[in-house]
Amino acid sequence: MASDPAPPAPLIAVRNLTRHYRMGPQTVHALDDVTVTIRRGEFVAVMGPSGSGKSTFMNLLGCLDLPDAGRYRLDGTEVAGLSSDALAAVRNRSIGFVFQSFNLLPRQSAIDNVMLPMVYAGVGHALRLEKALAALESVGLGARAGHRPTQLSGGQQQRVAIARALVNDPLLLLADEPTGALDTATSLEIIGLFQRLNRRGITVVLVTHEPEVARFASRVLQFRDGRLIDDQSRDPEIAA
Amino acid sequence: MTAWDALRAALDSLRANPLRSALTMLGIVIGVAAVIAMVAVGAGARDQVLRQIASLGTNLIMVGQGSIARGGVKLGAGTASSLTEDDALAVLAEIPGVVVTAPSVRWGLQIVAGNQNWGTVLFGITPDYMEARDWDVAMGRGLSDEDVAQANKVVVLGQTVVRNLFGGGDPIGEPVRVFSTPLTIVGVLAEKGQNTQGQDQDDVIFVPLSTAKRNIPGMAKSNPRFIHTMVVKMRDGSDMAEAQAQIRDLLRQRHRLIPGQDDDFWMRDLSEVSATRDASSRALSFLLAAVAAVSLLVGGIGIMNIMLVSVTERTREIGLRLAIGARRRDILVQFLIESTTLSLIGAAVGVALGIGTAMGVAALAGWPTLIRIDSVVLAVAVSGLVGVFFGLYPARRAAQLNPIEALRHE
Repeated sequence: MASDPAPPAPLIAVRNLTRHYRMGPQTVHALDDVTVTIRRGEFVAVMGPSGSGKSTFMNLLGCLDLPDAGRYRLDGTEVAGLSSDALAAVRNRSIGFVFQSFNLLPRQSAIDNVMLPMVYAGVGHALRLEKALAALESVGLGARAGHRPTQLSGGQQQRVAIARALVNDPLLLLADEPTGALDTATSLEIIGLFQRLNRRGITVVLVTHEPEVARFASRVLQFRDGRLIDDQSRDPEIAA
Repeated sequence: MTAWDALRAALDSLRANPLRSALTMLGIVIGVAAVIAMVAVGAGARDQVLRQIASLGTNLIMVGQGSIARGGVKLGAGTASSLTEDDALAVLAEIPGVVVTAPSVRWGLQIVAGNQNWGTVLFGITPDYMEARDWDVAMGRGLSDEDVAQANKVVVLGQTVVRNLFGGGDPIGEPVRVFSTPLTIVGVLAEKGQNTQGQDQDDVIFVPLSTAKRNIPGMAKSNPRFIHTMVVKMRDGSDMAEAQAQIRDLLRQRHRLIPGQDDDFWMRDLSEVSATRDASSRALSFLLAAVAAVSLLVGGIGIMNIMLVSVTERTREIGLRLAIGARRRDILVQFLIESTTLSLIGAAVGVALGIGTAMGVAALAGWPTLIRIDSVVLAVAVSGLVGVFFGLYPARRAAQLNPIEALRHE
């Protein structure tokens, strides 16, 4: 297909990424010389048993941690040399996090939770409300804006968390076992939501150990003992 | 994160544990309330004393007979007998701004009426003394110039003396014996109460200066013109220090003292009395400050303790905030504002409680109290600083958390 325009620049370019921890006398290679490129619009599942390095990989992609060696360019910017404040700004504007345990503030309403990233982005109050409501509507929870997390089901709580991840229009959605605390039907709904967001153009990287979740991704990265051992692209199944 | 966002987050978190927040504030509340109430009581008492002193007249100068030195040994106050009625006349005539000078002698003695007797202090005075010291007469009349000129055998009694000799009866016209000289009671003084040193000012009797000198044995043997003290009343607004200097110069000159020789008289004005009072109220203020410092310190430690608990409890929240883009500084500010809010709310409650206590003391015990605005401002400001200081360590701990570990925290 020579008539195609130039392929889009990679969103994530990781080269020889290495992270090791010292535990007593021995060194644990949590991540060992990983090189991978992820383009815009991909839906990537990161798989592997516990201790395989997939969480370390996610923490590095999410700029929560810095590598001991190797390079990581996010959207063309080398992350390794950034200051703590600059990393916070990258997390705030370019990355949306979704966690297994939702991590909503229990005493705040859904809309207050969704507004939280904008608090740190310096967005004005009126715009915050408008954007948070739009984000809640995009996950189908516009009518529950005033509810507290305790008044919502697990699936709804995870939707609020996804709305929070989306509200600053990030380049990348990083989800760490987002369905781990949900039943099968609800998991399917959440994966369906990720697929719809992905079709709208947002890049999704999702950590899971469940093959049933991974089959909805367009690409699967397999980790073991800190190394990337398999990288397969395929046609994903469509959820809901 | 704006200050408003941080304040909202702080109030939210304080509301989450209302009882815990209230108990944490208690130290600050008690400290601030104690300071404000005690300062109010102290300031009220001081204000009352100052008004008492002002009522005595701050434009009075007391001059008294001093000590003389014989062979290098000071013989004590009153041993010189150099101060005279002529000195009093000279001061009145020569010092500008003097309204009256009131010479007097005093003598402690036993006074007898019928079968009753009472130990008291006799003042031999002129009518000017009554004016200078603002003495009023409650019954009968005061002493007149004629009484002094003719050395009339009349006496005016203070209220305490009347009470002890006559009970409730009317003493006017009754005879009393002083040093076996019969005197007739012509008047009773108005009650004056205690002076600033707590002495009973009503335990006195007044007789004409001339009568005192003539009838008290040994009183005037060396110099019939001698007096113990004189009260010099200056015009309102006079420069008291300047007047004292002029009086000193005049008296030294009249007493023929050579330069370098000690004064043979003493002199003071009532502003010195109020200075003594100021010194003792400064000591009280220092004590108050110490009490306040201790209770605010204890309150601050309470705040630090609870903030450390709060940071531990909210580790996941901190991890989440860091993950979604909070800078370390944002976390630091959030927890600092939380601890400062805690201490400032405590201070506000303490101010209300302190003012209430001061008003309650005023109403129930009848003590005068005076709410000092500066004590309120200072207490609130110090509480705010306590909040910042004791919040700093927990807030730093929160800000230094590793987001990955914080998010994994159970």
